[in-house]
Amino acid sequence: MRREIPLGITIFVGFLAIVSFFSPPLEGLGEDFTLFFDIIAVFAFFLGGGNLVRIHATKLIKRKADWVYSIVTLIGFFGMLAAGLLKVGNPGGIAAPVTAPGSLFSTLYFNLNLPLGATMYALLAFYVASASYRAFRAKNREATVLLVAAFVILLGSTPFGTMLTSWIPHSLDILQIPNMAVWTLSAPNLAGQRAIMIGIGLGVVSMSLRLILGIERTYLGDDRG
Amino acid sequence: MGDIRVIIVLLLIGGGLLWLLIRALRGKEVDRRLVFVFILVSVAAPLLLTITFEMKPTPVVQALYDKIENLPAGSKVLLSYDFDPPMAPEVQPMADVVSRHVLARKHKAVFMTLWATGQAQFNITLEEVIHRDFPEARDGVDYVHLGYKAGNEGVLNVIRTDFKKMFPTDVHTVPWDSLPILKRIRSCSDFDLIISLGGGKPGLKEWVLFVGDPTRVPTAGGVTAVVAPMLYPYYPGQMCGLLGGIKGAAEYENYFRDNHPEYAGMETPAMLMMGPQTVAHVVILAFIVIGNVLFVVTRRKEVKR
Amino acid sequence: MTAGAQEPVSGDSVPTAPAVASVTLLTAEDYDYDDGDNLVLTWEPSTDDQPDVGSVTGYRVYRITNNGEPVAVADLLPGSQSFRVQDLLVDSAYQFYVVTLSAKTSAESMRTSVMLTEREWINWNLWNLMLITLVIGGAILVYIETAKRGKKLFIRKIAGLEAIDDAIGRATEMGRPILFIPGIQDMDDVQTLAALTILGRVAEQVATYDIKIRMPVSRSLVMTAARETIKASYQAAGRPDAYSEDMVSYITDEQFGYVAAVSGIMVREKPATVFLLGTFLAESLILAETGNSIGAIQIAGTARPAQLPFFVAACDFTLIGEELFAASAYLSGEPRALGSLKGQDVGKAMAMAAVVLGVAAVTLYSLTEVGFFKTAADWLQALFTITSD
Repeated sequence: MRREIPLGITIFVGFLAIVSFFSPPLEGLGEDFTLFFDIIAVFAFFLGGGNLVRIHATKLIKRKADWVYSIVTLIGFFGMLAAGLLKVGNPGGIAAPVTAPGSLFSTLYFNLNLPLGATMYALLAFYVASASYRAFRAKNREATVLLVAAFVILLGSTPFGTMLTSWIPHSLDILQIPNMAVWTLSAPNLAGQRAIMIGIGLGVVSMSLRLILGIERTYLGDDRG
Repeated sequence: MGDIRVIIVLLLIGGGLLWLLIRALRGKEVDRRLVFVFILVSVAAPLLLTITFEMKPTPVVQALYDKIENLPAGSKVLLSYDFDPPMAPEVQPMADVVSRHVLARKHKAVFMTLWATGQAQFNITLEEVIHRDFPEARDGVDYVHLGYKAGNEGVLNVIRTDFKKMFPTDVHTVPWDSLPILKRIRSCSDFDLIISLGGGKPGLKEWVLFVGDPTRVPTAGGVTAVVAPMLYPYYPGQMCGLLGGIKGAAEYENYFRDNHPEYAGMETPAMLMMGPQTVAHVVILAFIVIGNVLFVVTRRKEVKR
Repeated sequence: MTAGAQEPVSGDSVPTAPAVASVTLLTAEDYDYDDGDNLVLTWEPSTDDQPDVGSVTGYRVYRITNNGEPVAVADLLPGSQSFRVQDLLVDSAYQFYVVTLSAKTSAESMRTSVMLTEREWINWNLWNLMLITLVIGGAILVYIETAKRGKKLFIRKIAGLEAIDDAIGRATEMGRPILFIPGIQDMDDVQTLAALTILGRVAEQVATYDIKIRMPVSRSLVMTAARETIKASYQAAGRPDAYSEDMVSYITDEQFGYVAAVSGIMVREKPATVFLLGTFLAESLILAETGNSIGAIQIAGTARPAQLPFFVAACDFTLIGEELFAASAYLSGEPRALGSLKGQDVGKAMAMAAVVLGVAAVTLYSLTEVGFFKTAADWLQALFTITSD
């Protein structure tokens, strides 16, 4: 029954979701299911949050490797929880909006969360350079085409691309680097992406049917699927 | 750009790259940490020395500008702030300049967000654009902020036909019916233009699929550079304009400033960021060349052996 | 169903001698393909409704339910000629009238006849989508049945999936753990489910070779489902005692907080093999490059085209788009699952045929201007266009 009930729910809801798309009286079910999932996911956070606290508290108590960082994690977790849920440090008290100006939550968000997120995102600049240096080598024909395309796109994203090829006459303006970059992105790149998207769409249909029909059951913890 | 410091910095970067090229010709690999140092200098120097470039708008950017510019004054524009702090460096400048353009043309701006973090991002626009450049604009009359609603595509499915059902009040809990700006709005179909600013999910693609295409309301947006190529299929059929990354934002800022001299003194963060982007792109290109030189040299050595 | 104007009535605050003309030819029609909660009103605007010089300031629509009191349901701008009334009830009888408003007076129109709304159970506007769904879904089901009967189906080799065994073997030889990242979305994303089905196969081999698997996740529901999956795999491998809940741990929902934690795990624990399967956003390159920097063999797969180039550049093997969804069928070799892969090919054949025919039709029309080609192109476009309400 442990597998059969979830499987039954999957089959029932799956077919209902498909039918509801085509049936006006059942149309609202799609958004209802979406909301049901969001509510369940929010409750599930207690499991995740509890797991996080348990792991780091255990690390801290037993002085496992890198236990000092667990202190940081726990302070961050409970600090943000207090500031957001209990409105600690909020000038308007518990009834005020959580992002009220001058609140501790806003201070932590704008001065910690925001810069930290931007910092991680900024790592991409460094990693793009190291990945490009390593990956864009003319090892074979396809790699050479990729290399040339990368060159055109990179140059086309800068004013230098315009400067380098502005002398090309209007009749041959497709050879100007910015125009070549736009053409590369919107013609061969787009064709390839559309083909991949069609394949993905069909893959999703096939995977979804396998899930709905119960052929695929590994995610339920059933190895026979 | 005539500043001697700029020339020195660019010569330093160029000299360093030349040195690495010579090392590559001798078959010596470049440590990835050196790559990181060069990127650091090529990004930091233009920011600190304020190197900027003139940007002409590409057709997709021009299309959005023309759409906002040519709508009759008083048109209703829905702007959705669907991004978070990591995307803010790319998307906030476009959100600010597009919001400034909408209000400058005296359109009615309705702001909302499908991301919890979007509210904080809108507050930045509120403080630095609306309150600063449009002090006479009235909340609830000229613009309104409806706030955040969880539910991703579920929200779009509802507001496509009934906006009030999903947003019974604005973010200050003022009831829908008490807001003059929302008087003639029942659903997304009552807007003249929908603009989504973001780059994740839900984002512009979801707006096009669930609202713009079914209702035929003109839909446009601004997204991060990595997502922009994915959205080209929707232009110009289902999407009437697109700002892609910091370059798109810089083009829009440049063009808006040139055509609206009353805002000549406005901040142009995107244009400022194009300086490091340009120099960094050139440095990356140089590293690609160095990598290929090294590859050829190494392969020749192996063949000789 | 249509109801035309029927009889004049006196409404609220209406003067007996209106100085502004009322709307005419007010009709109410049932709205197609709805749940019986919509009607469409159309009318000829007031003759005083002229751009710039007209005296009409707007229209107000009134609804009478089951012969009750009139209720105003909408205020419309001058120039309006139609309105869709929503939130109606199927079993109720309705009448409508429109009041033309000017600065000082108003004028009421004739009322429509009493009418009931109609509920349609099928939205035939979506006939094309239904057809495509039935064809593709039907093909998948047919091939599943064919495979069940023992017919051998050819599936091409997928390098990334063939490399899984070697990747796990590498981890065994080096005595280092395997890191499995199922993307950053929740269980409502089909890519996450695809990643979990691959996890089941990987975990069974991990259990057999007695190596460690580490799985930090960014969603609580994924943590729960992953634990069940790994537990079942360990049981199937006959190693239930070796399973531990700590193999799967929740980090945070915050995208870059999760990336920072996973990067730290990679650098500290130095896994020999990294699986990056599922939905990834901007963090894809950060994770892939960090994995590359520690010398791990990386097998990635995502159905987000924007992230594929980063994985291709930084990982050893990449499952592109549909290959991620095919993985579980490919790895298990289960006939019904393989049959579903074959069924997808029918959809691809349809797409290819539509592309070729559409391009041919548009090209031939532009060259010859023969109307048939335009009709064919328009018909194909309509076939793949969804019209909503």
